[in-house]
Amino acid sequence: MDLPGLYNYWVVVVLMMIGFYVVVASGNLVKKIVGLNIFQTSVFILYISMGKIEGGTAPIIGEGWTVYSNPLPHVLILTAIVVGVATTALGLALIVRIKEAYGTVEEDEIQQKQDNA
Amino acid sequence: MILAHLPALQIVVPLIAAPACLLLRRGTAAWFLALLVAWAALILSVLLLRQVLAGGPISYELGDWAAPWGIEYRVDAVNAFVLLIVAAVGAVVLPYARTSVAHELPESQHAAFYTALLLCLAGLLGVTITGDAFNLFVFLEISSLSSYVLIALGRDPRALTAAFQYLILGTLGATFIVIGVGMLYMATGTLNMMDLAERIPPVSDSRTVLVAFAFLAVGASLKLALFPLHLWLPNAYAYAPSAVTAFLAATATKVSVYILLRFFFTVFGAGYSFDLLTLNHLLMPLAVVAILVCSTVAIYQNDVKRLLAYSSVAQIGYMILGIGFVSVSGLTAGIVHLFNHAMIKGGLFLALGCVALRIGSVRIEDMRGLGRRMPLTMFSFVLGGLSLIGVPLTAGFISKLYLVRAAIEQGEWFLAAVVLVGSLLAVIYIWRVVESAYLAPSPEGTAEAPVAEAPLSMLIPTWVLILASIYFGIDTSVTVGVAQRAAEMLLGAAP
Repeated sequence: MDLPGLYNYWVVVVLMMIGFYVVVASGNLVKKIVGLNIFQTSVFILYISMGKIEGGTAPIIGEGWTVYSNPLPHVLILTAIVVGVATTALGLALIVRIKEAYGTVEEDEIQQKQDNA
Repeated sequence: MILAHLPALQIVVPLIAAPACLLLRRGTAAWFLALLVAWAALILSVLLLRQVLAGGPISYELGDWAAPWGIEYRVDAVNAFVLLIVAAVGAVVLPYARTSVAHELPESQHAAFYTALLLCLAGLLGVTITGDAFNLFVFLEISSLSSYVLIALGRDPRALTAAFQYLILGTLGATFIVIGVGMLYMATGTLNMMDLAERIPPVSDSRTVLVAFAFLAVGASLKLALFPLHLWLPNAYAYAPSAVTAFLAATATKVSVYILLRFFFTVFGAGYSFDLLTLNHLLMPLAVVAILVCSTVAIYQNDVKRLLAYSSVAQIGYMILGIGFVSVSGLTAGIVHLFNHAMIKGGLFLALGCVALRIGSVRIEDMRGLGRRMPLTMFSFVLGGLSLIGVPLTAGFISKLYLVRAAIEQGEWFLAAVVLVGSLLAVIYIWRVVESAYLAPSPEGTAEAPVAEAPLSMLIPTWVLILASIYFGIDTSVTVGVAQRAAEMLLGAAP
């Protein structure tokens, strides 16, 4: 098994697990959004790194080049990045409103205030 | 000309109307545009269903780019049925929304509300109609993001944390789906669903495809609120505005069940998913637990919206149970329950919205004596409840009948018993509400000041859905006919 050659997948796995852990384990809402971002970034790297063809150049037609890297994953990831940005923006907007309503962005404090209300 | 482009119009009309709503600024104008668009979407979906039933699956190439390189909208019996469900619920909720939203949201948010509702509608319709796996993810995120916004507009501050929790879990689910799609692309080189179905079998024992299967299963299960992954649903339904709860309860999870059907029956193939990888051995126990545990939890809820939310998770368990039988009758049962539950739950939540409008609360103790003060609303709740339980002559009975039939066909007596026990549990929680409304005396001081019946603009949509749930329990030719055709198509018996 070509373990060193698969280093891009290792990066994906490490980032994905870091992101997932931050989402699950952190009590601060902003940190959860950051973790979600890291998680989504790992997916972007998964797609983009799979598009690279060995010996291929950038996917712009040029004289003398016959092998090009696959442009489709790049297109898909542009869409996914936009989705990620929209999700982050929405999450942060929700956090602003939560801060106005509860005065804190720590999940356990919010839970306490909701239980007391 | 319109008929040739029906699939594209089904998406484009709500999608373009959404920013137009925002530009209209005034709530009434935005509502009116949204109403027209929702009814147009319903007409388009009925036309599409008729075309599909008459002529077989429709393949529409967006922008005339040929599949598999271009994005293809592929409408067959399964799609067309789910499109009808989503569009019908949208068309019924929009007239209702005017009074309900005017009461629950500040004036400045109305135009944005209708924008988000149209975006959600466009997103859900897009998920259903598309034949491209990545396009499905994009539309799924469109519908999910707009539903987070819609939920966060609820009056209770807990709506904000409910929307946030749903955002985190929903994004995780959608990201799992996109990981699965990416791995399938890695293994086959295509994103078109029909093309994937042809290209997966040669590579089906590679680890990439197996992992893609797993990611897609978990991602879809999160979005459809299958038992342990349902935690976002009760809060999201309980604290959202009434019209939003009715709309989402009747559409969002149904579309996610459709995603499950599409990926595991069409793309991966029933043989690979269920005979080889035995996904049904995972889905069935979870469905059984969902039915029994969530119906029981619903019994202990005092907030009726939360009660119906847990009931929804149990009903989704019924759908997954039907699908897990992997037989024509089981799939028919699951798909017909998609339709029936949308009508029933939509109607029940709309009735609750009428109650919330008049008495400002949906807690059982606050609804005491409401049966006398709001007779039409509470009677619609009773009828919806009977349909939920599965009393004969209601739509719920049809679903339960087909489920029990599918179970007995496979000799699964335990599962048939689970379906019946679930109905008994539903009797208990519906009875709690009915007892409070009809048998408990009105709270002091309110008996003399009569609470008015809900306004007609809210009563009529409620009764439309409730009467639909009764009608489709008596005349089942359309729903069961289409569902059976869809089931046969998914299992590969007929196109």
